Amino acid sequence: MRDRALLSHLGLVAVLMAAHWMLPAYHHDAVAKVLVLSVYAMGYNIAFGYTGMLSLGHALFFAAGLYGAAMPLTLWGWTGGPALAAGLVAATVLAAAVGLLALRTRGVSFMIVTLMFAQAGYLTILYLGRWTRGDEGIVIAQPLRRIMGLDLSDGATRYLAALLLFVLGLLACLHLVRSPFGRVMVAMRENEERARMLGYNPFTVKLAALTLSGLYSGAAGAAYALMFGYAGASLAGVQYSILPMLWVLLGGAGTVAGPFLGCLLMFYLIDYASVITSATLLVVGVALVALVLFAPKGALGALRDRLGKEGRAWLP
Amino acid sequence: MGFGPLLLLAILEGAVTAAVLALTAVGLSLTFGIMRVVNVAHGEFFMLGAVLAWFVSQWFPDAPLLAFLLAMVVCPLVVAGVAVLADVLILKRLHYEPEATIVATIGLLYIFQQAALSFFGPNARPVAPPFNFRVQLPWFGYSGYKLFVILAAGVLLLLVWLLITRTKIGLVMRATQIDRTTAKAFGINVDRVYAMTFGIGAGLAAIAAVLVVPIQQAHYLMGGDPLLLSFIVVILGGLGSLRGTLIAALLIGLLDGLLSTAFFFPPTFAKIVATLLVALVLVFRPEGLFGRRTA
Amino acid sequence: MTKGLTLTPTRRSVLAGMGAATAASFFPGYTNAQSSEPIRLGFQLHRTGIGAAYGRWYERTATAALARMNAAGGIGGRPVEILFEDDGTDPARGAEVFGKLATQSNCDLVFGALFSHVVIGTAPRAAELKVPYLVCSEGHHVASGMLNRWTLQPGITDVKSQVQAMAPFVTSNLGKKVTMIFPDFAFGHDHRDYFTAACAAQGGEVIAQIAIPPTETSFTRYFPQIPAETEVIYHVMVGPAVLTFVKELGEFYGSGARPQLFGFIDSLEAVDINSSGLEFLDGSHFWEAHPRYKQADASDAETAYRAAVGVDDNGASASDAADVATYSHMFSVWETLSVIKAGMEAAGYTGAADRQKLVEAIEAMTGFDEGEDHPQGAKTFNGKTHQAFGIQNITKVEGGKLVVAHKTSVEDGMYPDEVDYTSQSF
Repeated sequence: MRDRALLSHLGLVAVLMAAHWMLPAYHHDAVAKVLVLSVYAMGYNIAFGYTGMLSLGHALFFAAGLYGAAMPLTLWGWTGGPALAAGLVAATVLAAAVGLLALRTRGVSFMIVTLMFAQAGYLTILYLGRWTRGDEGIVIAQPLRRIMGLDLSDGATRYLAALLLFVLGLLACLHLVRSPFGRVMVAMRENEERARMLGYNPFTVKLAALTLSGLYSGAAGAAYALMFGYAGASLAGVQYSILPMLWVLLGGAGTVAGPFLGCLLMFYLIDYASVITSATLLVVGVALVALVLFAPKGALGALRDRLGKEGRAWLP
Repeated sequence: MGFGPLLLLAILEGAVTAAVLALTAVGLSLTFGIMRVVNVAHGEFFMLGAVLAWFVSQWFPDAPLLAFLLAMVVCPLVVAGVAVLADVLILKRLHYEPEATIVATIGLLYIFQQAALSFFGPNARPVAPPFNFRVQLPWFGYSGYKLFVILAAGVLLLLVWLLITRTKIGLVMRATQIDRTTAKAFGINVDRVYAMTFGIGAGLAAIAAVLVVPIQQAHYLMGGDPLLLSFIVVILGGLGSLRGTLIAALLIGLLDGLLSTAFFFPPTFAKIVATLLVALVLVFRPEGLFGRRTA
Repeated sequence: MTKGLTLTPTRRSVLAGMGAATAASFFPGYTNAQSSEPIRLGFQLHRTGIGAAYGRWYERTATAALARMNAAGGIGGRPVEILFEDDGTDPARGAEVFGKLATQSNCDLVFGALFSHVVIGTAPRAAELKVPYLVCSEGHHVASGMLNRWTLQPGITDVKSQVQAMAPFVTSNLGKKVTMIFPDFAFGHDHRDYFTAACAAQGGEVIAQIAIPPTETSFTRYFPQIPAETEVIYHVMVGPAVLTFVKELGEFYGSGARPQLFGFIDSLEAVDINSSGLEFLDGSHFWEAHPRYKQADASDAETAYRAAVGVDDNGASASDAADVATYSHMFSVWETLSVIKAGMEAAGYTGAADRQKLVEAIEAMTGFDEGEDHPQGAKTFNGKTHQAFGIQNITKVEGGKLVVAHKTSVEDGMYPDEVDYTSQSF
């Protein structure tokens, strides 16, 4: 096979598949969660890493997926499949609507506008506490967490389902960024004016990218509800807008596998920090500063630069 | 209570919020405007100011006025020092890359929070106000110290404005903001300007916190809201516009209170509406209320 | 090995005739029955995040209870250890930490969580992993039927019961027209709904409900909404801004006439009531599960507990008078540990395979006597709803101390069952 990029990413998938049989129980569950959250990070990467839209409001889309799936399940007795679809639709529509307004701005204004929309969404979840139970959140009962007969509360099934979602997201993203449209996205990031002169409409390109990013985020949110059985306002707070940005930057913005790597890195950073010391935040903080000093473009970004031309071929 | 007094109270409360917010936001506006970095740790400088003010207050438990005056000097200086160190040791080495800076300042945020948690503890701790008097209006009582906060913040903002528009330091800062390369060519030590700007920005957040801590208590997680609100205020006002920052702070401080009072909205609903309104203002005026149109 | 079988009778004796090797392979954890390997308890600790002020007192209480338990021979003759893991007071991390304690550290069970969102976010994991989860949270989430068979709350009364038990005192002693001030999220909504109903049942009336947005740091502008005819203000604020709330209420009313005040101590947990600005609380009433200030009639068990957890007569750390305890909540850790011991011993608990038997043993309990195991007071335990019900205290601020003015009975806080967990499968 001459497609080195496909090869490297299929290699990652193979490792993750092998991990299914090899990981001890705790890490098996942890990686399943990282896979779901990586889909969210990949969505963020499409908007930020490739198209250059610095959003601080993606928690709104993640939460739309989360509640879009959780509310029909718990309130209206929907089954897993339609609920998942509802989460996807809710997040995608919301991302498009936010995009229509927010994309009138750019740069820091875009950041603040998305932040404020997300804050309004967060407050709305609290305000509608009668149905959402606000900050406490709701539990999605175990019997409801099924899709096509598969019990997503079961550890092994959940890992495989999470891996399937992740692989779909990963390969679609790989295809996207190497497609002509993907190159236009990057052109928007690098120089919007030049892309405009080449005949591309920045607004529609960015709107499409943001909507797709919302779809990814919503898929992760809806999967989260079904796989982990909980929906709460803390998952819609500003922290959950900052996290995907952090994951993407740690792993390498504008790399297909970077979001996964960043998410994994951050999870185990927090996890192991608590083993070393009770001053966990200090360890996490120092590690972040150190990482960024050594690899300002993120782990995969640094690796790609080091590999030179080969790097671009293996790690788009 | 009639509508008039209700409105007066909403305005007074909004003005206190706005005064503190304006100071914090002006600090952020400097770093954001001049250095072009998104400083996620700005709220933590605010928190550090409040926590340090508590420590100072513990040295003089019987002399709150003395402790307050001392804190007004010591806290901003210490916090500015910490910020300068962070700038020289970390941000400068990242060449102020916007993206790397975000990660680095998130790292700093965690470090500062842990420091506060370890040395100050998880409790919210009160600091005695420098003086206690209660202004009795015909309809309700009001804290005299809160009125002082509005006044003090006004004076401090005036000083910042003078610093930026009337001094050599300000001139150098403005020159660097407009064109970094040219400033360098004219022999301006850009590194030093950046370190100074970062320090002044952090110091302003700290001084705002010293002012607010007798009303609010110090707590190791108190930095979140000032950070978000400062960002909103800076962008809404228009980058680089001091006047815009002030007016945006007033708007943010007053809007939900007025909505709630005038239309009898439930408070949380009023906050939602206010947030969306501000977002829409930016959508249709992306450069902010007083920013220059760039594109 | 066969000797081990005879030691734990009932269902085990059925296996007596079977080969020992077969028995051991059927019950993997069983070979440890005779060993003195420690029982490992996982503790979900709010070490960082918004719950940190509670977390460190929960840790201290757990450590003290553990020392006492091991000094008395542990559980079923086995030593006990507690593994603390920080959950950042975050529901997502809470669920991860639960998995870590249960599957990586091989804890027999997990306990200790206080904040409701952490409990609710974690409970699904308990059911998935089939590991008992004993919460110390006072939320109504357990008894409401929202959670599952593996989640129990045997150490502290839930908020619905607390509020219902309080209401008669408020309406008959403080006033009938009540204005409620509460945070506009689930915890506040529980108070709003349960108190409004309980107040009406007592012939009182809630004339205004003032919901404060959760991000608020200043409260003065909400006070004008308090109707002039209000006789009692019922306040229950939580979080770091509570002290501001109480101070501003004081500024608002000044030294003039004010309604009676009734508050939940949650507003002032870990806060010295003699802090500057709180003077106006003098004469007001608080709910306390466990009185912070040592009362004149304190039992010996209470005295011993207070000494063990290192709290002085004023409710502060014995080594630092400025470090005020979260006294009205932390006893639940101590008492939950007592329930764990009783449950494990009743179940003949030998290892992870007996987790279900442990839950069944706790469900079979009906109550706990006051004593060193349960210093807060006697409790009724409802095995169907997995919820304990205890007495509540109403204390009055007098001379800078909280003095008990009224004790409710356990029956005051009873309400009809909303769930029967024992009918659910494991």
